[in-house]
Amino acid sequence: MSVTKTPDLARPAPAKASPARPRRGLRGSATLNFWLFTGPFLIGLAIFIYAPILWSVWLSFFDARFTVTPDKFIGFDNYTYMLTNDDFVGSLGTFTVFAAFIVPTTWAFSLGLALLVNRLRFMRAFFRSVFFLPTACSYVAASLIWKMSIFSGVRFGLMNTVLGWFGIENIAWLADPNPPWYWLVIVSARLWLQSGFYMILFLAALQNIPGELYEAAAIDGAKPGWQTFRHITLPQLRATSTAVVLLLLIAAYQAFDEFFNLLSKTTWGRPPLVELYYKALGESQDYGAGSAGAVILTVLICVVTLFQGRIMGFGRGDESK
Amino acid sequence: MSALSNSTWDRRNVLRAAMGLAAAGGLAACGGNNGRGGGASGVNLTQYFHAYGEQGTEQAIKRYAKAYDKANVTTQWITSSDFESKLFATLLTDKAPDLFEFHPQIQLVRSGQVADLTDLVAPVKSDFNPADITSHTVDGKIYGVRMIDDPQFFFYRKSLLEQAKVEVPTTLDELMEAAAKLTTGKVKGLYMGNDLHSVNDTLIWSAGAQHLDAKNEIAYHTDGVVEGLKKMRKLFTSGDLLLGAPTESWDPSSFTQGLCAIQFCGMWAMPAIQEALGDDWGVFPFPKTVDSGKQSVYNGGWSMFVNAKGKNVDAAKEYVKWLWIDQKKYQEDWATSYGFHIPPRASLAQSATKLKSGNAAEGVRLFNEFGHFDNIGWTQAMRTAFEDVFANSVRKDMDPEAALDKCDTVVNRELKKLFG
Repeated sequence: MSVTKTPDLARPAPAKASPARPRRGLRGSATLNFWLFTGPFLIGLAIFIYAPILWSVWLSFFDARFTVTPDKFIGFDNYTYMLTNDDFVGSLGTFTVFAAFIVPTTWAFSLGLALLVNRLRFMRAFFRSVFFLPTACSYVAASLIWKMSIFSGVRFGLMNTVLGWFGIENIAWLADPNPPWYWLVIVSARLWLQSGFYMILFLAALQNIPGELYEAAAIDGAKPGWQTFRHITLPQLRATSTAVVLLLLIAAYQAFDEFFNLLSKTTWGRPPLVELYYKALGESQDYGAGSAGAVILTVLICVVTLFQGRIMGFGRGDESK
Repeated sequence: MSALSNSTWDRRNVLRAAMGLAAAGGLAACGGNNGRGGGASGVNLTQYFHAYGEQGTEQAIKRYAKAYDKANVTTQWITSSDFESKLFATLLTDKAPDLFEFHPQIQLVRSGQVADLTDLVAPVKSDFNPADITSHTVDGKIYGVRMIDDPQFFFYRKSLLEQAKVEVPTTLDELMEAAAKLTTGKVKGLYMGNDLHSVNDTLIWSAGAQHLDAKNEIAYHTDGVVEGLKKMRKLFTSGDLLLGAPTESWDPSSFTQGLCAIQFCGMWAMPAIQEALGDDWGVFPFPKTVDSGKQSVYNGGWSMFVNAKGKNVDAAKEYVKWLWIDQKKYQEDWATSYGFHIPPRASLAQSATKLKSGNAAEGVRLFNEFGHFDNIGWTQAMRTAFEDVFANSVRKDMDPEAALDKCDTVVNRELKKLFG
């Protein structure tokens, strides 16, 4: 109350006059200011996002091979081709399996790391940095390390050396899809690369939970450990968890680098982007079919995002907290 | 030996990652304009080469370019693992190279991407290997100048085969048997690359089939090929194949470092293998897939093409004529001073003394006796489709018939677009 009174009292004529003029000037052109601030971003968005999307839509109706300025209109042929292509449709399945697995796993793993680091009494900064460091590594570099040294199929690959101590035969981790060891390689690479970043998010959220909550819980008889975690920590992390799950889903949608670099000349383990690259872009240079695939993906992503917004309430203001 | 393999490792893998990024970004963007300080007439040309594995190759290409005084020729040495993608993508932009090396593929002709080089080749046409002319000809016009022919076959360690009492295999069944006998604790019997794509073509030819027939219709879908794929599947699951090796099969490291007793590789690797293993090695063609088939060798290679959509088509043609038609000394240097390649021109092939003796001479014999050249109608998209057949029915256990049917769909779609 006193706060509202103070400005009332301290509002004599001169003080009102001098700041008001420039402010009125600004206010007078609110529209201009709006465009001034959002303009550069919107221009970028239009040039780099919307124009390519529209161009893609346009291309998808043409026979565009080895050109991005085609002249042969072929209607929905490209869409028919992509939708009747088992590999493309199959890759949507691959993606679903991949996302269904990697999202909860990374979520649990980074939360676990955050809890561990949060309980450290000493060297916390050190471990925080160590776990965060892989985030700075590029997916391509990590893929090469995973492929060439850790999961190399020859006897001196790291994993095969370790297995060799127990008398287990060499495994061709990436070359042989039966059993599908390549998932182990991909998932472990992704976990290593991503967990640190989400750990930091969780760590920040953990440190924001008021200590009083735990004290009150202890007084009420909650046992430390699982009970406290289940009823205090986890609910308090809800907002962060939602954000992390969303970010992870987006990251899974964008999966390309490690799949592309780890698996060569396969027909399996291809997320939609990789499939598109091989089927239509890359070497085939069929921009029509490629664009049709991209449009199909875009529509799917829109649908999934809307659906997810419904369920998680993301973007509905306070509800998400 | 270790020095050699180390340098290969460095160049191939570390530089590929680092330079690939650098080249993709900055270098490609400014490549066309950094003329090397006057002297020449001011025409700037850019040429694309994939990264050859042999030491000195990059310097050689740049040395030839420097010796040319009618234009500034800048070389982009593409270290990325998929040269095709990089090349095709760049060709659509205004940073496209003026000339580039590639294999003859008809879609480049049909889309007007490569220039007609008939007038360059015509005066010396009779000096070229006729097959190299045929494989670059569409409707009577010649679209590329062959630089080198690269036969690909198996390399084997004589001592290891003797030890295991194994004869040089001439059928796929014998090869499978040999692989089994040669596999010991530390050495795998056979290496054909991690994804086996290097032997796709030879499997077809050795089954007595071909990719496309004279009418440009599918000719690879035969019982022999199906049987071959089944045998390959057996071989793949036998545990006698080296899989997951650090380098692909174009690199002889797995062979020279003793990871395998037999490796599929190319003639280019001969000097490196000779240096590492002395005389303890020999070569043999891809064995008969089925009894009715014939042993085969893939006569790969690289050719120069001129980007017909580039800004300096005439200057680029001039350069191609100067270097790859007129400068025989450079052509011979390129073919025999680094890796071994067979010069496509008879006059050079005759004088190439390094290819006259020992295993190199045997390589030339296999090239002549069992060799098959690229079919210009077999495009990259078809190539990829057939690689999928191997992925599906050899590395995975899909029925070969079904895998080939799938391939047929893709290939027919391509054929329809190309030939109507």
